[in-house]
Amino acid sequence: MGQKVGIEVSIAAADAVGLCDVDVVAAYPITPQTHVVEHLAELCASGHLDAEFVPVESEHSAMSVCCGSAAAGARTFTATSAQGLALMAEIVYIASSMRLPMVMFLANRALSAPLSIWNDHSDTMMVRDCGWVQVFCQNGQEVYDSIFHAFKVSEDKRVSLPVMINVDGFALTHVIEPIEFWTKEMVKQYLPPFQPIHTLHPDKVVTMGAFGMPEIYTEAKKALDVALWNSGPVVVEAWNEMAKLTGRQYLPVEKYRTEEAETLILAMGSICETASLAVDEMRESGRKIGMINLRLWRPLPTEELIKALAGARDVIVLDRALTPGGANSPLTSEIRTLMYAEPNRPNIYCMVAGLGGRDVTPNDIKVMVDTALADKHTGHYIYGVRG
Amino acid sequence: MASAVSDVSITETKMAETEKKKVIKPLKNFPMEEYINSGHRACQGCAEVLAVRHVLKAIGPDVVMAMATGCMEIISSPYPYTSWTVPWIHIAFENAAAVASGIEAGLKALKRKKRIPDKEITILAMGGDGGTTDIGFQALSGMMERGHKIIYVCVDNEAYMNTGIQRSSSTPFGATTTTSPAGRVAPAGQMTWKKDMVAIAAAHGIPYTATACPTFYNDLQKKILKAKEVDGPSYIHILSVCPTGWRVPLHKAIEYGQLAVDTGVFPLYEVENGVWKLNRKPKELKPVVEYFKGQGRYRHLDDTLTAEIQDKITARWNRLVKMCEADKED
Repeated sequence: MGQKVGIEVSIAAADAVGLCDVDVVAAYPITPQTHVVEHLAELCASGHLDAEFVPVESEHSAMSVCCGSAAAGARTFTATSAQGLALMAEIVYIASSMRLPMVMFLANRALSAPLSIWNDHSDTMMVRDCGWVQVFCQNGQEVYDSIFHAFKVSEDKRVSLPVMINVDGFALTHVIEPIEFWTKEMVKQYLPPFQPIHTLHPDKVVTMGAFGMPEIYTEAKKALDVALWNSGPVVVEAWNEMAKLTGRQYLPVEKYRTEEAETLILAMGSICETASLAVDEMRESGRKIGMINLRLWRPLPTEELIKALAGARDVIVLDRALTPGGANSPLTSEIRTLMYAEPNRPNIYCMVAGLGGRDVTPNDIKVMVDTALADKHTGHYIYGVRG
Repeated sequence: MASAVSDVSITETKMAETEKKKVIKPLKNFPMEEYINSGHRACQGCAEVLAVRHVLKAIGPDVVMAMATGCMEIISSPYPYTSWTVPWIHIAFENAAAVASGIEAGLKALKRKKRIPDKEITILAMGGDGGTTDIGFQALSGMMERGHKIIYVCVDNEAYMNTGIQRSSSTPFGATTTTSPAGRVAPAGQMTWKKDMVAIAAAHGIPYTATACPTFYNDLQKKILKAKEVDGPSYIHILSVCPTGWRVPLHKAIEYGQLAVDTGVFPLYEVENGVWKLNRKPKELKPVVEYFKGQGRYRHLDDTLTAEIQDKITARWNRLVKMCEADKED
């Protein structure tokens, strides 16, 4: 077993990337992603990591370099945030459609304007439909473990898709947490060498990125959809394998004190740890409440989610992104769509909270639960608006 | 039956005529291998695809190519067909230089870690003038500044031809396009001067940059070979006559390439490790009107505008000659 140390989550994540013996890192600095790439640059400069560090001139080029290097058959990593993701979004879609394995550390941050370097999920929701495997992390250990998991899933020939690890900016990236490190032997046992299906090399000529006429485009998109759905079992399989190695079992949908719960809070990311504290307090005062942590966002674990939510009377979704002028916010819309056909579907309420780094305390969560249950809004409710 | 007989006689007459014509000798030392196959969808008379063909002939089979969206990409890769017999990738419009950077970095790491055989592979990035001088400018600058060992080739047909002839920053002053039409307010059509890409590339301090034109195919191939040998980035800017966009007869692409060079509109030169050198110096430049004549895109130019352009071209040519001569003396 590895050693447990108190370390900043970003540094630990970079160490994990190094342990994976990554071949190419391409990134452009943006707060709060910087610590990850800074540490990787150090590892490369000091010779601890034998990789090409490409300090690109923009995020658009970061993702483009990643596409090139993954197509060449190299293990590829990048990290970004908010505006950076927005700038690279064009290529993010292409990476998945061309089935190029790579891992992205996304330090979740609010999109401008107004400019905000602080945390919410508006950046990742902007590329919700990009066709990547997308996971959310609750704490530092999860972030660290996710790096190994992401490379394993991404490079699996049954998947061959890029993987995005969502890490709440500052709330997770910049905190010091106790993290149990992996040894080189563990990584070797867990993560096989990258053996891509096709690569760009004169010894075996391929054409990549041909354009699609109307008679083929639909089929190409269907193929991506099928590939992403099929990655679900591989994601779970890789988590199960990790459990055997580390003793930490991750699930696509995690339940917290849901036994006989009439009310469920559903959320993604670091807010779940806060919500669990609120659940504890409310349970103590005798309320039948629990929490669902949705770890796997894409492909959506539909069966597990339905099973987890079907018994409840009310579900309160904590959405950290806003869909202005829309039917509802992204996570809530997704849950409502999923539960629509269920005969015993719960009432589903949306609470938009924690935008642009606004603090969400356990007490805020209690107030949100009470507000949702009292007001029974059908649209989104933006919590904590002042004045 | 009677008509069939007469058909045969017509064919025979034609063949007899052909025999009288001058036979073009096979080109000496010209590689016979083809790396972009015929059957692609380029317009008739396209000199750009010819430039691509020459570039690849010069490099040979050990190449990996990243291409920007544009004419050359669209004509060569309608799924499930491909014209390429070399490894080729297309990601998007503005990032051929960045994609190539990734390929170079990836192959370098894999070779160093002994995951792939240690084979010399040329990385080639290619884009049109839009994909290079406009939208791909930043990615190209990054590639050159970071020092990747990549040959970047801009095949310049002086407008966005693929989308229907819109102006780019490489469209010359005085040319009309669909977004720089000539009118009372803008009598010249394009009212700005062509971006000087080779000077910009040279300012990055890269070891090799040059202009070329498929009309002068030996010069072009020599430059690609030089670019292949240097240790670092190289940038080759190739003027590629576009009969469709320039509105010239389909068989005139080679001729207009020659005129562009011999009028001083598009001089052939190179900058090797900071040293400027003219590769073709006509004794006397032909007047630009000879180049403009017959080109639909210049048809609206009056004598005043033509004289203005002539002055500028002459001044630029003189400056270039001066720079090259100064470097020769050093």
